[in-house]
Amino acid sequence: MATLKDVKTKIGAVKKTKQITKAMNMVAASKLRGAQSSMIGFRPYASKFAEVLGSLAERGGNEANQLLAVREKISKINILLCTSDRGLCGGFNSNLMLKAESFLKEKSKSDIKVSFACFGKKGRDWCRKKNLEIASEHVGIVGGRFGFNVAVKAGRKLIDRYLDNEYDEVYVIYSEFKSVAKQLPVIKKLLPIPPIEAAEKSKEAEKKFLAEHICEPSPSELLDEMLPRNIYVQIYSALLETSTSEHAARMAAMNNATKACNDMINSLTLAYNKARQASITADLMDIVGGAEALKG
Amino acid sequence: MAENIKFEVVTPEKSVVSEEAQIVMAPGSLGEFGVLIGHTPFFTTLKVGIIRYKDIKGEERFVFVNGGFAEALPDRVTVLAESAERRRDIDVERAESALKRAQERLEMAGAREDIDFIRVRTALERAMQRIKLAETRR
Repeated sequence: MATLKDVKTKIGAVKKTKQITKAMNMVAASKLRGAQSSMIGFRPYASKFAEVLGSLAERGGNEANQLLAVREKISKINILLCTSDRGLCGGFNSNLMLKAESFLKEKSKSDIKVSFACFGKKGRDWCRKKNLEIASEHVGIVGGRFGFNVAVKAGRKLIDRYLDNEYDEVYVIYSEFKSVAKQLPVIKKLLPIPPIEAAEKSKEAEKKFLAEHICEPSPSELLDEMLPRNIYVQIYSALLETSTSEHAARMAAMNNATKACNDMINSLTLAYNKARQASITADLMDIVGGAEALKG
Repeated sequence: MAENIKFEVVTPEKSVVSEEAQIVMAPGSLGEFGVLIGHTPFFTTLKVGIIRYKDIKGEERFVFVNGGFAEALPDRVTVLAESAERRRDIDVERAESALKRAQERLEMAGAREDIDFIRVRTALERAMQRIKLAETRR
């Protein structure tokens, strides 16, 4: 049986751990707020962009654009894997990697070469461990503050390589931020750009309206300008979503850890008190025993 | 001028301008254009440059835009730019160091293959426009 002192040290240790997890929870909460506000800041741009792109695609159905054309033979795929740099966020990263793994399995049946572009340390380390080809890595972006230029740089590189026939398809794996309690790993095709769906049906009236726009230069030229930017927008939004999800996941994980610490402290305190009482009882028995012996 | 148009500049990071304006003048890629209330629906790409507009009090204001798109509708103008800032928010020091860097790279461009001439030139243009605009500050 554990001695009194052992239990006491253990309680002290768990209390220290609880302090740390609690602090991490609060830090994650404040970072989550920051990440959410940049997501909200991005929304007007993204929605306007999608609206314009949709209506342009409708008018100038430009099959000639290389970013839209589907290639006949697909032998090289690149995956943009967004993960966090740091751990201690529950199943967040492993969920993303599971997604990547199942995708890999699916593709490995046919003879396809897959390479990765990693955002985030965890994903990179995973690729290294699995001996997967890493085309590029970006560390120190997800989870921090980053600007649109990060997405532009990465996107430009991807497009260049795609046009050089180094890749036939490009996908992105990221974590979609559903709510503070729910984040979903998602895989999306970046290149070739899937057929652009014109804005929802409810915007029928608006579409008609847009169709009367005077365009300078021509709609198809405009589309050519916008398509690469569409890639940047997608990458930026994937990075933002992943960052926000990371903080949310960490917050939840740390909240659970703090609760677990509380439970442990409770049960340890109980054990401590029991041990204390047992020793008091033993002492009393001694004293009573001694007194009885003297009387006799 | 009786009526104003709604003028908005949004970048991926934030909304830079969102207010009423009497007139908006923007540098379209095929030439500068001005928008008043009741403009025909119009959509264009923008050059790196300066958007001028008059606010409701008739005071002239300036916004730097780093390319992008503009959409004019009868009652509003929306600009989508990769980056943009109002004249008072321009970081002159940063622009100057960017200018220096671009100039250095431009000098080397002849000798080295790996420098993308077009990109350096747009960087130079961007820095120069920013500095030029900042210098008109009171």
